[in-house]
Amino acid sequence: MSSKKSQNIQPFTLEKTPTGISGLDEITFGGLPKGRPSLICGGPGCGKTLFSLEFIVRGAQEFNEPGVFIAFEEKADELAMNVASLGFDLVQLQKDKKIRIDYIHIDKSEIEETGEYDLEGLFIRLGHAIDTIGAKRVVLDTIENLFSGLTNEGILRAELRRLFQFLKDKKVTAIITGERGESSLTRQGLEEYVSDCVILLDHRIINQISTRRLRVIKYRGSLHGTNEYPFLIDEEGIAVLPVTSLMLDKPVSSDAVSSGIPALDKMLDKGGFFKGSSILMSGTAGTGKTSVAATFANAACQRKERCLFFAFEESPQQIIRNMRSLGIDLQHHVDKGYLQFYASRPTLFGLEMHLVVIHKAIRKFKPSVVVLDPITNLISVGTVSDVKSMLVRLIDFLQQEQITVMFTALSLNNIVGEQTDEGVSSLVDAWLMIRDIEMNDERNRGMYIMKSRGMKHSNQIREFVITDKGLDLIDVYVGPEGVLTGSARETQMILEETGEVLHSHAIDRKDREILRKRKVLEAKIDSLRSEFESTEEELNKIYIEEDIKRGVQQQNRQRMSDMRTGRKADDGKTK
Amino acid sequence: MAEEYYELRLYIAGHTAKSATALQNLKKYCEEYLHGQYSIEVIDLLKNPQLAEGDQILAIPTLVKKVPEPVRKIIGDLSNEEKVLVGLDIRPRISAQ
Repeated sequence: MSSKKSQNIQPFTLEKTPTGISGLDEITFGGLPKGRPSLICGGPGCGKTLFSLEFIVRGAQEFNEPGVFIAFEEKADELAMNVASLGFDLVQLQKDKKIRIDYIHIDKSEIEETGEYDLEGLFIRLGHAIDTIGAKRVVLDTIENLFSGLTNEGILRAELRRLFQFLKDKKVTAIITGERGESSLTRQGLEEYVSDCVILLDHRIINQISTRRLRVIKYRGSLHGTNEYPFLIDEEGIAVLPVTSLMLDKPVSSDAVSSGIPALDKMLDKGGFFKGSSILMSGTAGTGKTSVAATFANAACQRKERCLFFAFEESPQQIIRNMRSLGIDLQHHVDKGYLQFYASRPTLFGLEMHLVVIHKAIRKFKPSVVVLDPITNLISVGTVSDVKSMLVRLIDFLQQEQITVMFTALSLNNIVGEQTDEGVSSLVDAWLMIRDIEMNDERNRGMYIMKSRGMKHSNQIREFVITDKGLDLIDVYVGPEGVLTGSARETQMILEETGEVLHSHAIDRKDREILRKRKVLEAKIDSLRSEFESTEEELNKIYIEEDIKRGVQQQNRQRMSDMRTGRKADDGKTK
Repeated sequence: MAEEYYELRLYIAGHTAKSATALQNLKKYCEEYLHGQYSIEVIDLLKNPQLAEGDQILAIPTLVKKVPEPVRKIIGDLSNEEKVLVGLDIRPRISAQ
């Protein structure tokens, strides 16, 4: 086939024409194959016409490529009216010779076929339209209408083949739209002729909620995302969401972002969450999840950062009013432009559509902090795995943009709740949990950090209190009675205080007793000592007496002997 | 019916075999059934491509009957006489022949 030929001519790179449709060019890595026809097929009302028209309009407005739109279904003025709401001024663009809309009308009742013919008339019109404005882009919407107007299928098919060759020869990037058939992509098997790029649009209804999806079925000679991508038609045209990026190569930051609760920041080693990380805040009903989220948002706004608050449960006014009771004035931030609310009911659109909407809002507002409150409400729209896959993509995108996100999740005491927790928790970087602690006819809140990737964190349960000055965490009482919170903690603390007083009193008494004992003993020691002294003295006295006695005896003996010898001496003298 | 005047346009693109056959056939039928009550305008779209839009021409050759109302288009080389006559609202005067 001819397309193979052109591939041989350009074996390395395939030139592409950007569509200008947000997201699509990312999925197709650059756009539609340049100078070749692409097929867009889908059921009725799936957005084929709008899609192809946006291709033409964006081409004219953004890429300076004039385009021809051949309409087989709607008249030019009808088309212009239909897309005026999207801000496409077809009339002006036609006046500026940027685009040309040709309406080709085929009415079977007017036409009689006799003998051989060809579609040279169509070729001439197309060629004329292309040449007058120097078109680079062409749309044929929907060429299958030819089959309803003309009966000779053999001629039609031969002519279609010639038409696509004609478009290639004209070097225009073309879109051919086709109605989806029952067993094939298009009713008339157009995919047979257009084999370079085929995009399927789909409009599916699950649980009464419709979601538009797009899939690139085929893109010869090019990489392309193969998933189904949700897309949105809103006041700015089509937005396709390029979902999961293929690689985990996101930039990371080691800066910390405060949670707005000083006591919580202290529980985290870095003094907050990492910038660009995702935080899950889960808890049972009425535990103050929204308050934590609002405090987090408030802190961001006070740092003069932008915050986008997606509320799926309460209206912005309600949140602002409720947060006033905590002493947080969100209205002030809204007025200053730091805070933007985006409230919608989850059931408003499908899950994917929510994602697209969130995406768009983030792209537009460029916040540094995003809050989603609560994600569990989204389960009413999709299944748990749907929600999970949506959140993966959202987290992916937010990390890419270095946006810190806080989700709140209602954990119910049932399987669904647990599944959400389990499902989501593996995706998030930090998981805070608020648990009800029921004790002594009282319900109190205990907060703890289930995980915080990449930083040390306290493993303690703190009592989470909501006061009119904001949120705070208090150390819970852990004692012989177990973990105590609320008034039980207060009582226990009072008890403990009294106990302490009593205790110190007892110690005082003991001290005094010791003192007394000491005195008694000391007195006893004194008396013993004096007794000892007197005994000693007694003993000494005996010793001395003995000594004296002995001395005296010795003297006496001496004297005696002296006396004897003296007498002798006296005798001698006398003799 | 016989009193009506027929304005016919034949769109062609260059002088192809099909166009020539169509013109030939058309002239034959007109002479036979509408003698003196018709005019034929041949438009070559290769020369005047912008004219294709007005009559919503896709196929070549196309014969357009503008007057009398209703507007009818007959595409092809006009080889099937019956179909052409039905298309032009001319009842074939079989009884007369």
